[in-house]
Amino acid sequence: MTQDTASVPALRAERLGKRYGPVWGLRDCTFAVPPGGIVGLVGPNGAGKTTLLALTVGLLAPTEGHVAVFGQRSRAQTPLAMARVSYLAQDHPLYRGFTVADMFHFGRSLNPSWDQALAEARMAALGIPLTRKVKTLSGGQQAQVALTMALAKRAPVLLLDEPVASLDPIARLDFMRDVVAASAESGLTVLIASHVIAELERLCDWLLVLNGGRLQLAGAVDDLLAGHAVLTVPRQLADADLPGRVIERTDSDRHSTVLVAAAPELVLVAADRAGWVAQPVGFEQLALAYLRRPPGQAASLAEPLGSVGSAGRAVAS
Amino acid sequence: MFRFRLDGSSGVPPYLQLVHQVRQSLLLGYLREGDRLPTVKEVAVDLAINPNTVVKAYRQLEHEGLTAGRPGQGTFITASLAPSAEASVPSAAAAELRRSLDRWLRDAAAAGLSEDAITALIAAARRDAAMAAEPLAAAAKERAE
Repeated sequence: MTQDTASVPALRAERLGKRYGPVWGLRDCTFAVPPGGIVGLVGPNGAGKTTLLALTVGLLAPTEGHVAVFGQRSRAQTPLAMARVSYLAQDHPLYRGFTVADMFHFGRSLNPSWDQALAEARMAALGIPLTRKVKTLSGGQQAQVALTMALAKRAPVLLLDEPVASLDPIARLDFMRDVVAASAESGLTVLIASHVIAELERLCDWLLVLNGGRLQLAGAVDDLLAGHAVLTVPRQLADADLPGRVIERTDSDRHSTVLVAAAPELVLVAADRAGWVAQPVGFEQLALAYLRRPPGQAASLAEPLGSVGSAGRAVAS
Repeated sequence: MFRFRLDGSSGVPPYLQLVHQVRQSLLLGYLREGDRLPTVKEVAVDLAINPNTVVKAYRQLEHEGLTAGRPGQGTFITASLAPSAEASVPSAAAAELRRSLDRWLRDAAAAGLSEDAITALIAAARRDAAMAAEPLAAAAKERAE
């Protein structure tokens, strides 16, 4: 491990909330993510994902609580907050009449830490001429220009909102490869909001699940998988007879399949009982179970910073 | 240089897929003692996966005594699961197992089992055998490395 486990979290939210009129778009959101992590943010439409991203980047001011980037609280529209976070919005916002070179000039004028060499090198590697107008580029190429602008800003945190939704499968893989490379090369912390859970499984070592404006699940992926199990048990058993906390159950005529949040020791004991079978849970199954839960039920959250050590990046090179 | 693959829909955790591929290539003799594995970053970028997943797989391989990291040089194969060049030729025991499997398949077909029924029967038998060998303890051990 090269990561200092006592270091300041890259992202930390404390009881973060945002109200739109009478409706809470996000409420009571508390988590901490270590530097260098790739964080998956999952939630149905309207769950509060974009609100969380906008609060983090400082485009919105919180109604209550706060969110900090490397210990500095994000406040709406302050240059400091904006410089620490790079944000790639859902629709890859580019000026369609601009050339790629114009877009880079625009980025350079707004961002003191702009890395023009990186921007031009990426375009050369991708075979996108700087003289081309944005509107003449394919959807995949536009996404690459937008990602390049987000990377060239050289902020330590990169937020991506549904970055691959409009891309074909090959372009998606190329895009994700570039995100991994940026993370591995510069220790960039990345937060990706996506509906494609299978892609998040490959990319992420940290997971946040939002539903109905509430954080349902948060933690290092390894810890979350180790802290859950799928039990097959006789049908008549009540939730209270099962180890840990029942997250989701499917009842058949004679048996029930139950996803529980429980310590591995408890699950091992349960697996010894006659007629019981215990199996590990997969990433997708876990994320879907929390997505399907009605908001308002007790969440499964890692202790703030309690398990940062297990997700600290240790990249041997 | 050894290249990894990833099957996103197999249900096998990505780090285990990497571990299996090294073990399998060693058994087949495609990887040999002294071979260098790609760096963590190379694998992560090649497959578009989290670098920590590769770190975890490499740690597991080292724990199993199959590889060793040399500082500044990379990760190298230190063991040879295929004892000789002839190892990729099935041994007498493997040949006998294959013959009994062929017999079993002929019996199954004679008994009227369909392809699907045969596949289901084999999968069930393998699952029960794995289950008998402490499923969670094995999974927990793999996770804890």
